[in-house]
Amino acid sequence: MNTALSWIKAYVPELECTDQEYCDAMTLSGTKVEGYERLDRNLEKIVVGQIEKIERHPDADKLIVCQVNVGNEVIQIVTGAPNVKEGDKVPVVLDGGKVAGGHDGGPLPEDGIAIKAGKLRGVPSYGMMCSIEELGMTRELYPEAPENGIYIFEDDVKVGSDAVEALGLRDTVFEYEITSNRVDCYSVLGIAREAAATFRKPFVMPAVVVKENCEKVEDYISVEVKDPDLCSRYTARVCTNIKIGPSPKWMQRRLAASGIRPINNLVDITNYVMEEYGQPMHAFDLDTIAGHKIIVRRAKDGDEFQTLDGQIRKLDSDVLMICDAEKEIGIAGIMGGENSKITDEVKTVLFEAATFNGTNIRKSAKRIGLRTDASGKFEKGLDPHNAEAAINRACQLIQELGCGEVVGGMIDVCVPMKENIRVKFEPEKINRLLGTVISEEEMLHIFERIDFQYEKATGMLIIPSFRQDIVGFADVAEEVARFYGYDKIPVSLPSGEATSGKLPFKLRVEQKARDIAEFCGFSQGMCYSFESPKVFDKLLIPEDSDLRKAITIANPLGEDFSIMRTISLNGMLTSLSTNYNRRNKDVKLYELGNIYIPKALPLTELPDERMQFTLGMYGEGDFFTMKGVVEEFFDSIGMRKKASYNPDAGKLFLHPGRQAEIIYDGTQVGYLGEVHPEVCDNYEIGTKVYVAVLDMPSVVPYATFDRKYEGIAKYPAVSRDISMVVPKDILVGQIESMIEQRGGKLLESYKLFDIYEGAQIKAGFKSVAYTITFRAKDRTLEESDVTSAMKKILNGLESMGIELRQ
Amino acid sequence: MKEKLNQIKEEAIRQIEASDALEKLNEIRVSYLGKKGELTAVLKSMKDIAPEDRPKVGQFVNETREEIERVLEERKVKMERALREYKMKAEVIDVTLPAKKNNVGHRHPNTIALEEVERIFVGMGYEVVEGPEVEKDYYNFEALNIPDGHPAKDEQDTFYITGDILLRSQTSPTQVHEMEKGHLPIRMLAPGRVFRSDEVDATHSPSFHQVEGLVIDKNITFSDLKGTLAEFAKELFGESTKVKFRPHHFPFTEPSAEMDVSCYKCGGSGCRFCKGSGWIEILGCGMVHPHVLEMSGINPEEYTGFAFGMGLERIALLKYEIDDMRLLYENDIRFLKQF
Repeated sequence: MNTALSWIKAYVPELECTDQEYCDAMTLSGTKVEGYERLDRNLEKIVVGQIEKIERHPDADKLIVCQVNVGNEVIQIVTGAPNVKEGDKVPVVLDGGKVAGGHDGGPLPEDGIAIKAGKLRGVPSYGMMCSIEELGMTRELYPEAPENGIYIFEDDVKVGSDAVEALGLRDTVFEYEITSNRVDCYSVLGIAREAAATFRKPFVMPAVVVKENCEKVEDYISVEVKDPDLCSRYTARVCTNIKIGPSPKWMQRRLAASGIRPINNLVDITNYVMEEYGQPMHAFDLDTIAGHKIIVRRAKDGDEFQTLDGQIRKLDSDVLMICDAEKEIGIAGIMGGENSKITDEVKTVLFEAATFNGTNIRKSAKRIGLRTDASGKFEKGLDPHNAEAAINRACQLIQELGCGEVVGGMIDVCVPMKENIRVKFEPEKINRLLGTVISEEEMLHIFERIDFQYEKATGMLIIPSFRQDIVGFADVAEEVARFYGYDKIPVSLPSGEATSGKLPFKLRVEQKARDIAEFCGFSQGMCYSFESPKVFDKLLIPEDSDLRKAITIANPLGEDFSIMRTISLNGMLTSLSTNYNRRNKDVKLYELGNIYIPKALPLTELPDERMQFTLGMYGEGDFFTMKGVVEEFFDSIGMRKKASYNPDAGKLFLHPGRQAEIIYDGTQVGYLGEVHPEVCDNYEIGTKVYVAVLDMPSVVPYATFDRKYEGIAKYPAVSRDISMVVPKDILVGQIESMIEQRGGKLLESYKLFDIYEGAQIKAGFKSVAYTITFRAKDRTLEESDVTSAMKKILNGLESMGIELRQ
Repeated sequence: MKEKLNQIKEEAIRQIEASDALEKLNEIRVSYLGKKGELTAVLKSMKDIAPEDRPKVGQFVNETREEIERVLEERKVKMERALREYKMKAEVIDVTLPAKKNNVGHRHPNTIALEEVERIFVGMGYEVVEGPEVEKDYYNFEALNIPDGHPAKDEQDTFYITGDILLRSQTSPTQVHEMEKGHLPIRMLAPGRVFRSDEVDATHSPSFHQVEGLVIDKNITFSDLKGTLAEFAKELFGESTKVKFRPHHFPFTEPSAEMDVSCYKCGGSGCRFCKGSGWIEILGCGMVHPHVLEMSGINPEEYTGFAFGMGLERIALLKYEIDDMRLLYENDIRFLKQF
């Protein structure tokens, strides 16, 4: 909402403040000023001049030499403008002055354009006559200005006076951000009322007196509202003997400052009243209305209607229409029809000011795809009292501005209006909520300023109808707070029962995951939760896989963001691909983010959101680097048992020979592996990629931050090396399980120190060597202890078909 | 005899002092003090000396021996020290050669900002909680005083899954979950991912993060809200940070406010960063609406509370001066490495 300060001051005549003071104070009391702009920016030394004499330039056909009276002297100005004649009053910028823009109307330069005396083709010129574009405005907003020429004033301006003032540019336009609850502030009067309360100055409503002729409106029109649920009030008045012409300059200036193009008196009056009262109105040409009757009713499904912009609109039974006895003539609250459009030949006008159901208007406008200034106001839900005030104001202006005569009376079809809201005045409770000590008297002063009446007998505040946002205690407390001043409310910290701040266990485990990943060289990425259903194909997920049973967003931003991910790999591979294609070397990333597993589709209850700890890398490192990160993580969260790895993970997106399920204490907690080369191709990554995915809901139950000291061994350990020839298909993991199984209590640790396949080993076998270490907690081991433990291990290994090398 | 011993001693000392290697010292030790050494030979010849002279001679031999050993030791220490010096001279390194780093990974700026926020509020006794990202319409809207048909419901451009299941458009539903648990007082901080159907550009993302705070207790006041958030702003942006509360509107708080912090780049005098205003908008807040308390089963006559919510990305972008939100979701390692 943009409004000139001068228009606000029309209703708060005692308001005096600088632009910045106004901006700060209004923002602090809740009417946020987004910005403001002085209309006279870069307009300096510009006066009204009158051209006394025009002569041809001796050396240029397209230039003329003017003698211009600027009040205290007559100066010579050379111009190329074609439209001036002797006697014209024009804006003149004097030597050393400034204008806002060039004559072409392009973007305005930051510091304006300085004007100096000089010579044009050898003839001295002591100033410049200005076009409207040079004054920083447009012909749209100043329709009387000529195309390609000097602006010419009407004859009533005084020669030598301030031309900027005469153009209404000694003003500042403020842009407000109005919150959705303050419907009343989408109007000049609403903002003026706030300004008056903020600056503690009187607020003066326009005096509305309608001079009517002796006719009766009932003789012109009748109104029937068939759907009162969508139209709680419909007021109508008629004006006759309409004379279309331009509206007065003061009205045009105010509209222009609000960014509204002046058109003619009738249109300008409806726009003016819409800005002033926040009440949209519609004007119909009464002669186009059949049967002297207005009917307000729902459209029928499938109806079509041509709005006054010439477009055909599709309707449905939730769209409210304004109709005459025969046909539809307007979409209620959104736009009138082509068939009842006002033309310059109009004789009699029917004004409509109604209160439509805001939600219905908002939804209709959205469905039809037509949001107008009017619908934007209606959709907020207007005060029914405002309709009457606005229609009377419009009729007053019609009569006063000589635009026509006002027929006596107003048609008013109205559901019973709600009584004013009453809220109990509880000053102590207000102070308790705000943490303030504001006196009862001061609070009552505040209420007086915003038109809340206090009924002493009942202790009730009576809320004016235009304040539809006030319904209870808290709303009243806010009024006190904002006019007392948020800045004056003291600061304190909550007292009361102490609470212990903490992170839940799950988040502590995730924090550890981040620490370890980063320690291992992985940086944290973040990926979207939604992706394209095409990712399943990219990841080679089988058609019948449960992973494809993803939750679909009903109104996605596009197919690429249409399903909730059921697997975290796409985000990781996409990120790695971005890095790879930007030639970043050795990239290691991790992500902590949810996947969304539906319990049934379509969704009837909330899905299972499972946090995934996903690691991915290319460049330096291999499968075992990744495995190392997984085990470092397990160690750090107290998962001290040995994880096992099942190579038959069955992941089609991983290399068939380089993948494993990660199993901890019998539970599958994740998987890792090298990404299948075909998947790498799909993501345009031309190198090996390794990933690991840990399903955190499976991991967290095993995590613990409890630690117990086990002592440092006092007695010496004994180690034995064994060297084996092992059939190739036996996994090292199987050997280790056997060592663990047979090692007994004395087994302390084992360590693989050599693995070799090659020339010296017979085909189908590999050589594997381990150091096995034994230790007792309570004594030094005897040779015989170790020998018997080793024997059990060796027997076990031999039973697997492993040969021991001597 | 004495003369001979003196001769031996002097010869030994001469040799020791002339020697230039540890091995040579050892040879000298053996040749004088060893089993077949000269001094040992003297001792062996003691039997030829008159018994009454033996103690005297014995003492003299021992003195000679001690003297030789002392000189030997002295020389040895000297030579060892010289050797070490020599070795170290050869070991001089160029300390300006590159460091061997562990190449530790980097945390996402969002997480760094979140951890900062969490640290501050956990220190003030807040418990961090989480809520579902796929949420019931009721919790995202109605329970927060945003009934069907409320403009705020349409304005948020919410992603829907079904008629009553959606992707939460704010972290505020977590407030309701926490209040419904019925454990009072409440001091909670709820960070999390939220979704709105905004096209991706430099300042918008369809998926971003918010941090929600809620305090419910007896006698919680608007001044508590101001004090708490002013403390927070100082912790996050520096001790000299000033705050400004402006009235605003949120359906689930009343009175409501927006909080601005003094621009930490210019200190409030106005610069390009704060668009000349000296202030930067940082969060929305307010006293929990009595109706919201009631709907969640809390008696508004007995309890009051305040709530606040902020965009995590906004904090991260401001604090780390990141000029394009898209960078946060591209995961380019050259970006991440800067945090």
